[in-house]
Amino acid sequence: MTIGTPPAAPDSTPVATAVPTAAAPEEAAVALEKVSVTFGSHRVVRDVTLNLARHRVTALVGPSGCGKTTILRAINRLHDDTGGKVDGRVTVGDLDVYARDTQPELVRSRVGMVFQRPNPFPTMSIFDNVVAGLRLNGVRSKALLREAAEAALHHAALWDLVKDRLHSPAVRLSGGQQQRLCIARALAIEPEVLLMDEPCSSLDPIATAKIEELITRLSTDVTIGLVTHNMFQATRVSDYTAFFLLGEDRATGELIEYGPTKEIFDTPNDPRTKAYVSGKVG
Amino acid sequence: MTEVKVPATPGPAGAGLGEGAARRRQVIRSTSARSLVRRHLAGRVAVALCAVAVAISLAPLVALVAYTTSRGIHALTVGFFTQSPIPPDGGGISNAIVGSLIIDGLAAAMAVPVGIVTALFLLERRGRLAGAVRFTADVLTGVPSIAIGIFAYAVLVEPFAHFSALAGSFALAVLMLPIVIRSSESAMRAVPRDEWEAGLALGVRRGRVVRSIVLRGALPGLVTGNLLALARAVGETAPLLFTAIGSQLFNLSPTQPTAAIPLVIYGDGTAPFPAQQQIAWGAAFVLLVFVLVLSLVARLVAGRLNRQAR
Repeated sequence: MTIGTPPAAPDSTPVATAVPTAAAPEEAAVALEKVSVTFGSHRVVRDVTLNLARHRVTALVGPSGCGKTTILRAINRLHDDTGGKVDGRVTVGDLDVYARDTQPELVRSRVGMVFQRPNPFPTMSIFDNVVAGLRLNGVRSKALLREAAEAALHHAALWDLVKDRLHSPAVRLSGGQQQRLCIARALAIEPEVLLMDEPCSSLDPIATAKIEELITRLSTDVTIGLVTHNMFQATRVSDYTAFFLLGEDRATGELIEYGPTKEIFDTPNDPRTKAYVSGKVG
Repeated sequence: MTEVKVPATPGPAGAGLGEGAARRRQVIRSTSARSLVRRHLAGRVAVALCAVAVAISLAPLVALVAYTTSRGIHALTVGFFTQSPIPPDGGGISNAIVGSLIIDGLAAAMAVPVGIVTALFLLERRGRLAGAVRFTADVLTGVPSIAIGIFAYAVLVEPFAHFSALAGSFALAVLMLPIVIRSSESAMRAVPRDEWEAGLALGVRRGRVVRSIVLRGALPGLVTGNLLALARAVGETAPLLFTAIGSQLFNLSPTQPTAAIPLVIYGDGTAPFPAQQQIAWGAAFVLLVFVLVLSLVARLVAGRLNRQAR
């Protein structure tokens, strides 16, 4: 992949925002403690302990099938509906995600999600898509909806493009624009955390570059968890990287190493990490 | 909607956000938190209503199965399955069981190949003819079975002046056909276009792609759909009334008047003698089990094929 230059100045490191160091641990917006996810009798991923540092981008990387997406989806309780059983402890800020009296809706109003394929609601207009999370949760004030839509579309760098056709069907947008619309939709409810599951995997390099730029910019306001297969993407946009791999049983994913992106890529501790990142072929 | 005035949260939640965003977050959270209580209550009520609806729709089914079983199970003796009727009101229904197998088997043999090929045609063509065929099939689904019966009578009984199992099979085949067509079509449509194209892109002939990839991929759905169509036909009485017409004799020839389980239920059930009514209940129970087994087999086969495909 050749396009998608890092948005940072040429003389700086490819890591976008302030480079964190291991010496000064940052405040965690999301904390996972020994999290395992099991489907039926198959343990997909086990004992993951990981923080998403506040207002930073944390990339989850590793080969297919090692549980990155599964872990990401455990953060906003999406496994409630897929039959996956989550053990361990997940906290978002001071909210214990899997506590008995925690309602999943409450978690998800604080943790937004963007999926692999753009999934705008096909029966809704651009505007209706962006405010869906507000409207369906009972917000009726026209002024507030309008304000939120505009802010979210600005955030997603889509406003200038769609401001004159807010009421045309969302599916008329291109793939990349649809994905940015989905980001706007997730941002409109003003979440603290944004989970992104390979948000660029169905996009061309130009659209990908735009999303990456967006991720970097958004991280000043929200905490981002990003699953990606693209190692270059991880180095370009993330501050921290978590590397996953199948464990010795060849069936259960494990977190191998987690740290500042630069360290994971330049001076990994684990030989398996080293082998994987040195073979990095975007 | 009231705009709730809440002071923007200081501390972690609001930091880094513009003032507008922090205010919006506050309003959105409080609005949805308030509606959440109501929504959870509404959710409980909805689940309760669903449970009631399930109970209402299950009740007739359970009652029907239970009642038929309790009335019919006494009729089941060895003789019931091995003997033909012995006039005036004795014997069993062996002739009707065999007759039903013959009539339904022949009906399936006619409807399934024609139906699947028609479905393939619908799958491949988008033109006006395909639309007309699809529409006709839909209309055929709604044609009363008695009308199909009289049609079969006109075509296959009247000209030969002879009732036969074959005429009954024909009537049932016409009845099954639209179900076979539509269920087969949707089963084959469920095979992803990608797989078609992967096959075609290998230079494989279209017919071969259909056979080895599309039909194979659709097999679980085809089996289920066709068996359910058969289950539907097995219980039909009206199309048989003036085609197979029924018989007191054991007979294997499809050109002869033939007994069938639904006809026994109809004939003996309306008879004035308790012994005959008992036979009718027994036959009803056997028919019920028959249909149940067909449905179960349909699910089992589909499940197994699905697992093999993985």
